[in-house]
Amino acid sequence: MRRSGHPVSAWHWRRVLALTVVLAGLAGLAGRAFYLQVIDRPFLLRQGRAREVRVIERSSHRGMILDRHGSPLAISTPVDSVWAVPQQLRFSRAAWPALAQVLGVPVSQIENEVADAGKGRFIYLAREVSPDRAARAMALGIPGVALQREYRRYYPSGPIACQVVGVTNIDDQGQSGLELAYNSWLRARPGKVLVLKDGRGQVIDEVGRLQAPKPGRNLVTSLDARIQYIAYRALKHAIRVHDARSGSVVVLNARTGEVLALVNAPTFNPNRRSDRIPRLMTDRAVTDVFEPGSSLKPFTIAVALGTGRYTPRTLIPTSPGSVQIGPDVIRDTADFGLLTVAGVVEKSSNVGASKIALTLRRRDMYHMFRSVGFGSPTGAGLPGESLGLLSLPETWVPVRQATLSFGYGIAVTPMQLARAYTAIANHGVLLPLTLLRRDTPPPGRRVMSARIAGELVRMLEMAASPNGTAPTADIPNYEVAGKTGTAHKADSAGYHRHEYVASFAGFAPASDPALITIVMVNDPRRDGYYGAEVAAPVFRRVMSAALRLLNIRPDAPPPQTPLLARATADRWGA
Amino acid sequence: MLERWHFDRPLFYALVILSVTGLAIVYSAGGDNLNMTIRDSVHLILGFSVMIGLAQVRPTTIARWSPYLFVVGFLMLIAVLGAGTVSNGARRWLGFGPLRFQPSEIMKLALPMMLAWYLSRGPLPIKLPQLLVSGAVILLPALMIIKEPDLGTAFLIAATGFLVLFLAGMGWRTIIVMAASTAAAIPVLWAHMHQYQRQRVYVLFHPESDPLGIGYHTIQGMIAVGSGGLLGKGWLHSTQAHLDFLPQSSTDFIFAVFSEEFGWLGVLALITLYLFILYRGALIAYRAQDTYSRLLAGGLTLVFFLYFFVNMSMVAGLLPVVGVPLPLISYGGTSVITLMAAFGMLMSIHSHRSIAA
Repeated sequence: MRRSGHPVSAWHWRRVLALTVVLAGLAGLAGRAFYLQVIDRPFLLRQGRAREVRVIERSSHRGMILDRHGSPLAISTPVDSVWAVPQQLRFSRAAWPALAQVLGVPVSQIENEVADAGKGRFIYLAREVSPDRAARAMALGIPGVALQREYRRYYPSGPIACQVVGVTNIDDQGQSGLELAYNSWLRARPGKVLVLKDGRGQVIDEVGRLQAPKPGRNLVTSLDARIQYIAYRALKHAIRVHDARSGSVVVLNARTGEVLALVNAPTFNPNRRSDRIPRLMTDRAVTDVFEPGSSLKPFTIAVALGTGRYTPRTLIPTSPGSVQIGPDVIRDTADFGLLTVAGVVEKSSNVGASKIALTLRRRDMYHMFRSVGFGSPTGAGLPGESLGLLSLPETWVPVRQATLSFGYGIAVTPMQLARAYTAIANHGVLLPLTLLRRDTPPPGRRVMSARIAGELVRMLEMAASPNGTAPTADIPNYEVAGKTGTAHKADSAGYHRHEYVASFAGFAPASDPALITIVMVNDPRRDGYYGAEVAAPVFRRVMSAALRLLNIRPDAPPPQTPLLARATADRWGA
Repeated sequence: MLERWHFDRPLFYALVILSVTGLAIVYSAGGDNLNMTIRDSVHLILGFSVMIGLAQVRPTTIARWSPYLFVVGFLMLIAVLGAGTVSNGARRWLGFGPLRFQPSEIMKLALPMMLAWYLSRGPLPIKLPQLLVSGAVILLPALMIIKEPDLGTAFLIAATGFLVLFLAGMGWRTIIVMAASTAAAIPVLWAHMHQYQRQRVYVLFHPESDPLGIGYHTIQGMIAVGSGGLLGKGWLHSTQAHLDFLPQSSTDFIFAVFSEEFGWLGVLALITLYLFILYRGALIAYRAQDTYSRLLAGGLTLVFFLYFFVNMSMVAGLLPVVGVPLPLISYGGTSVITLMAAFGMLMSIHSHRSIAA
């Protein structure tokens, strides 16, 4: 009845076959599961863990840049960057307006970012937002949104030290100035953390710490923020008054070669990324060269004194205020008549300097220029430093030798000029420059005898005296030694008749130099263009404030009443 | 009027145990998502209702419906190819307003019903003319489903048909000839397969060739299964599923979550539970009193085996990745209804026997 009409045998082998297949299949499956779960398990567990547990980097903050007294020039503050997994963010479109509002970005920006992401797994929603703003974004609880701790660089002095300090990029790496030059010292070493991640790459939990993040080291510079500010204000003022194109001021410690201030104008605000225009970020005091003009004369005179054929009193005829050298004529601003060698410097006579130079060996002049550092790095180590231009003596024709003597046909940076003056101020010993604080003076290199240096100092004192070319550099209570420079600007087309570079190089107090200051003003277009009119007043403003600030003992006290004079003498132990 | 409830207690209990297990795993795999579990239980309740409803219908009535259901299903397959909804690159769905379902789901039941109906009308064992007609009944819908394309489902539906033919008394020789011609057809089929289908077969043998791309499913499945070990990590403690490494962890790859959480012993228990349902289905087929019932019951039971076997083998890296859910465990809408309808018919066949036997 049960198997109505069917042959028993036919059903029988079919049943056996079906049963066999089913049981064999299930046994095979159980066997496979046993293989995976018991025999091959260690391998598969390792594979699984390799997918869950990842090493990620944990950032830390960059070192501070400090001035010599510890006041900050660049500091890092924690900020958060908000990022998202676009695939997940797509599902919470309704929450986008709220998210955009908290982050302070337009909704359209989020829409575009998500649309552009395609299959990418990472987009930034907002970078460098304040921690509390980031916390509010996270409080919205939108899936796929996460934070990344970063550090934002802040420059408390703003434009005042913008070029020398430099800037970092958004990835916290130095891009210019000290930030770039000392990047490997300043930068933070990210730590390594072991985390549990899910399949979408989200960090679920921190499992362990492999390597602690190492913050960057602080950089103590030689800069003095107060002098930097004084120099900044003085230069800004001159640029505005004379409608100049640009300018630089370098202030050195005359005894150590430390750079106390390094200012360029125009400036920018390093705290605003949009302000960071390459043209403004260049540290022109080390990257741009100019023809120094008369501020180079002392080094020609040094060569002349070194030959033994000249003394400061040797007479040089400069009438009638011009001299013909081959087809070229070299002129003075006036007919100075018969000048001593010292008078050539004091009155800044190009004719006198040329006549002296033509009696000197080209190789000796070249050697002097090279040994005071023209054509060589200054040692300050700032990025993009220019070596300047100085042609080989074999190529000098007589007129070239003559013009070189008063600073034409040679190109130097303000920093190089400042360094060259350390030799005069430092009894003939040239110092390497630095932007880091030095606690002991470095070993310098003698480039002229102390006697010649002393004679140059006296000549430069006369040049800065009321009888010289730069009475405007005069500082009350201090003897100043310095030299103006006024040069026509040159480019590939030749010299420009009405474009000048006004400069002043000098130091004080002349009896025991403490500070060297170089001022360079490029293309002053209003109210004068002579170094004495444009650059020397900047020098005076910077020096008079800086000398007082540093408590430098005056070497030219004003005439006093006898009573007061005695009291002062008692106090000084004189 | 019903004189009594038509019902099969052992089968019912086994299915309830399986469904509850399924809900627990869906809850875990979905990331402890209660909403998903509630939706799944609604599907299950709906499925159980369909099952109990169908169990009250006489097998003779079901037999009479069979050809109509097949024709309706076939027309729907034509409609899908003409105006179906495209999703994930395949045209498998028919939409009616907010609802949409896969006509191939209907075919899973309609094909064995149709064959059982057709073959039960003639003398058994079957002869050549019947074989040819049956072949057409199997291949036409299968080819249309291949066209969608849904190779896995087409293969399973064709296999369903051949299982019914096998039970209807296909001869040794016929089986050998068919096996040979299938083997001969493999290269032809391979040539006509889509690139992604070929890759799925390829990665089965070389899953490490592209662990983040096409080999990802297979590798993550094996890693999850292997992580379970002998005893498992415990319910809700599977890392691979909870950390979103496992794709489709609550549908096609739920067996991996189960294996990770309950280990090898859990897998054995699950296989045993399935085996019990197979045993019950086989018993129902064995005791069936007419040819249609026996063919249908035997066919549906073997199809059930095929489904869970293919799914488990796929997760364990023994078969290529095909879109087949694990019966009653995977989260799923229409597939639950289809499956429970099949069990409803089994219950009907069993409980409508004349007591005289």
